[in-house]
Amino acid sequence: MNSAINSVRHSRQAWRIGLQLLLVAVIGGLIYGAFVNAADNLERAHIASGFHFWNNSAGFDISQTLIPYSASTSTFGRAFWVGLLNTLLASALGVVLATLLGFTIGIARLSRNWLVARLAGGYVELVRNIPLLLQLLFWYNAVLKSLPELHDSIALPIGGFLNNRGLFLPRPVFASGIAAVGAALLVGIVAAIVLHVWARRRRERTGAPTAVGWWMAALIVGLPLATFALAGFPVAFELPQMSRFNVIGGLEILPEFAALVVALSVYTAAFIAEVVRAGILAVPPGQSEAAQALGLRSGTTLRLIVVPQAMRVIVPPLTSQYLNLIKNSSLAVAIGYPDLVQIFAGSVLNITGQAVEVIAITMAVYLTISLVTSLLMNLYGRMTAVAER
Amino acid sequence: MAAMADTPVLYVRTAPAEKLPPPVASTGFVGWLRASLFSSAGNTILTLACAALILWVAPPLLRFLVIDAVWSGPNREVCLASAARPEPGACWAFVRVWLSYFIYGFYPIAARWRVDLFFAALAFGIGWLGWLSAPRRDVGALYFFAVLPVLSFVLLYGFPAIGLPTVATNLWGGVLVTIVVATVGIVASLPIGILLALGRRSELPAVRWFAIGFIEFVRGVPLITVLFMASVMLPLFVPQQLEPDKLLRALIGVALFASAYMAEVVRGGLAAVPRGQYEAARALALTYWRMMGLVILPQALRATLPNIVNTFIGLFKDTTLVFVVGIFDFLRTIEAARGDPKWATPVTATTGYAFAALFYFVCCYGMSRYARSVEARLSRSDRR
Amino acid sequence: MKRIATALSLALLLAFSAQAARAQTLQTVKQRGQLICGANGTLAGFGLPDPQGNWTGFDVDFCRAIAAAIFNDPTKVKFVPLTAANRFTALQSGEIDVLARNTTWTMSRDTTLGVDFAAVTFFDGQGFIVHKSLKVSSALELNGASVCVQQGTTTELNLADYFRSHHMTLKTVTFATADEAVKAYDSGRCDSYTTDSSGLHGERLRLTNPDDNIVLPEIISKEPLSPSVRQGDDSWEDLVRWVHEAMLDAEEFGVTKSNVDEQLKSANPEIRRLLGAEGQFGQSLGLTNDWAYRIIKHIGNYGESFDRNVGEGSPLKIARGLNALWTKGGLQYGLPVR
Repeated sequence: MNSAINSVRHSRQAWRIGLQLLLVAVIGGLIYGAFVNAADNLERAHIASGFHFWNNSAGFDISQTLIPYSASTSTFGRAFWVGLLNTLLASALGVVLATLLGFTIGIARLSRNWLVARLAGGYVELVRNIPLLLQLLFWYNAVLKSLPELHDSIALPIGGFLNNRGLFLPRPVFASGIAAVGAALLVGIVAAIVLHVWARRRRERTGAPTAVGWWMAALIVGLPLATFALAGFPVAFELPQMSRFNVIGGLEILPEFAALVVALSVYTAAFIAEVVRAGILAVPPGQSEAAQALGLRSGTTLRLIVVPQAMRVIVPPLTSQYLNLIKNSSLAVAIGYPDLVQIFAGSVLNITGQAVEVIAITMAVYLTISLVTSLLMNLYGRMTAVAER
Repeated sequence: MAAMADTPVLYVRTAPAEKLPPPVASTGFVGWLRASLFSSAGNTILTLACAALILWVAPPLLRFLVIDAVWSGPNREVCLASAARPEPGACWAFVRVWLSYFIYGFYPIAARWRVDLFFAALAFGIGWLGWLSAPRRDVGALYFFAVLPVLSFVLLYGFPAIGLPTVATNLWGGVLVTIVVATVGIVASLPIGILLALGRRSELPAVRWFAIGFIEFVRGVPLITVLFMASVMLPLFVPQQLEPDKLLRALIGVALFASAYMAEVVRGGLAAVPRGQYEAARALALTYWRMMGLVILPQALRATLPNIVNTFIGLFKDTTLVFVVGIFDFLRTIEAARGDPKWATPVTATTGYAFAALFYFVCCYGMSRYARSVEARLSRSDRR
Repeated sequence: MKRIATALSLALLLAFSAQAARAQTLQTVKQRGQLICGANGTLAGFGLPDPQGNWTGFDVDFCRAIAAAIFNDPTKVKFVPLTAANRFTALQSGEIDVLARNTTWTMSRDTTLGVDFAAVTFFDGQGFIVHKSLKVSSALELNGASVCVQQGTTTELNLADYFRSHHMTLKTVTFATADEAVKAYDSGRCDSYTTDSSGLHGERLRLTNPDDNIVLPEIISKEPLSPSVRQGDDSWEDLVRWVHEAMLDAEEFGVTKSNVDEQLKSANPEIRRLLGAEGQFGQSLGLTNDWAYRIIKHIGNYGESFDRNVGEGSPLKIARGLNALWTKGGLQYGLPVR
């Protein structure tokens, strides 16, 4: 009897191992086959391979560069970093704006004001059901292109221009004393945190609330401002100038960039709004009723009871929305914003012809961003998990 | 005490008083208005701001789309600003002229009945499967997942042996391509996604790690790069005798991409099946595949139908990205047509986008309403 | 192992894929009964389909000439519209048999991309188109201007070189397709749009108000446009090259679409060899000996194709210039059929 069970167990064991070996063999075979074919095809076609192109001179210009870059001296590798930074800049700005808009709309959907709730609901339905690419093209081709042409530019009162080539603003040029202001800001933030911790400890020890909010604000805002004044206002503004062809100087915001950020924010905000709504609805009403019964004020209830519990529900899907936004920023290729995909999987791929290497690098970048975010997400989830008894 | 007794009782009510109607301001329409729009000063301001927003947006939109719109005409002249119409509205005449291109692309005019037939066959299949109380939905599933793909291929691509000449895929375009890409994506991704989801929950480490690796890899990269990979790298990875068609390469990319997302949807459904179901199936000595096929998956898939529809909506919107590999889907045909110098006006782009937005909104909103109604129905039957 | 792997991937894709042996392109084309030609698709004068899907253009006629030589039927071509970005991949992967998409013959493309260029069918150069309202008459006045350009082209690189070598600054605005770049220029996003001068003439016609734009006189680069084929099939490359040479020779000898039947009786031995009345030249290409006759009969000679599509007989009105025959001061020099 025992041996019969054992033999069944053994045969099951063998079957399992066999199945896994088969899977490994099939996948390995496919990968190996793809590799052999690729090598074969590349060699037959005399296509160069390897990553030597990384250090070759790029030779093409890029319309928006956050780090110094020139067509003549910079390499493909440099172009990669320019593209990556442009992607990160657009994504970061998109994340901030989408969060602000998304939380506003999500809360508005739960408003007791019928019109506000309906309007927010209409926004969500409209935006969610239209492809992002269409929205992007709409913002770029229908809205921004209808701005006035260069010579009919709208002159802004603060010394800038708005036309169909972008928004041109005065650019702050910092003098030497600015380092002290930065240091003061840092000191202010650290001091505010220390103050906050001290106040909490005190409250936990004595039960008496200590209002330190204003002091913290004063430290963070006041200290740098005071230093700024003491250093003799070490900032000048470079005003954009109208020249024959273009607006020169100043801070230039490309229409491609603006369209991308607006489209990403508007689109993602609709999804964030749904996440926020679900999160708030997930907090049982008994929680806030209990808080009110304890005599907490409504602001305090929101801050200490509802938001922490809602956030636990909101944060995981919110992160995946952020990741979606970052991945969706690759749509920049449709309107000519020089992001990673446009520069690297576009220009560099076409000039070098090394599709395998270029696409692999591009994918690796997005994958890294995703994995790092997921990792941080899991850490956060572990930190905020309810201690189950 | 005595004093009280002395006081004569002047009036004792013997019947309850008539109920007064509630104050006008708290019932009916006015009451509703007060409660939901003007309950406080802040609320009133919000209401007025929203009303102002609606008044600011809606009338010009209506004027542009309907009142000032141009419905027919031979060329762009009719859509330009003129003395009679200083603010030109949407140029629907442009959409009318190009409409057949938006639907069929360059599909030969003589063979377009085949596309129409395909649309009809697809609508029939969707109706059969989507209507939850339709008869013989198992036959419907067979039709949708086995008969329809073959039928569609024969109809669209052609089968010279039975007198349907081949229509190369580079002639396909417009709504046809959008629907083909989205449908193939969902039909192919469902079985692959189920396998991946089962693989991810498998006890065999090699299977599990492969499934996790694939799902996380695909979900971690943008669809555009997957399409690039399918379009640029796939031809290098297969033996040189094979040359997969351009549309086919995009379809492979979309199907792989959708599979990873579908796998996560199915995994959610599997997790929702109570443990007792697994244990009961085991206790009946069902094998793994019989347990999955007969007990677990039917329940899991039923519960995930709304999410499958939502995945489909996402995929339907994502089909617009196939433009990066040079395929002319619906949105791309509009982009191409608006470059037509015969119709170049300041309103052409906006008109084209409005038309596209209408199309996508009607499709996606309809599907999401459907998903919600299924969800409501499922939760009703769960409660029973 | 290699064989197993190949068999596996074969099994995976066989069900879906058409078969094509790359080495014998001509055999494949004959078996298929159709030539597959990669063309532009959005460039008036070179390759552009109308809403009914009928293709016209200079590059299109070249592909039709190949089809005429092989099948005696210029309609046996399937055109695949390609972008600058995916054209070489399409050729490398075997999706198309020949790439005739106003493509510049450069050393790096010739040596690293796995393609071979057959013959220069059009000597082009990069130019600029600007809005007339800017009152610019030379590219050298474009210091500080915004220029729209298509990415991944030699154009993008030449542009940067030209401005650098003349110590001028510029703002490039790069788009994935020429179509987007032109639309952006048309809407005033840029002061100028740059591409091959032939392309500028074609694109100008597609602008909202063609007459408000002028093509500047400067040519800033050499752009010898050439059809290309996959590397490794020399006889197919020969065929493509000789289609072009035959069209040139025909023009030089005065053989045209209308007089080709009379010319068949010509006493001139050069014409007789060209049209197949003498010698076995067609067979050496794997064709029939009247291959060149078929080309001229269906398509016409080089000059006819040029005039009809891009020259005086077309809306583009590009002068022959460098593309005149060598006997008329140009660079087009037909090789002898001998």
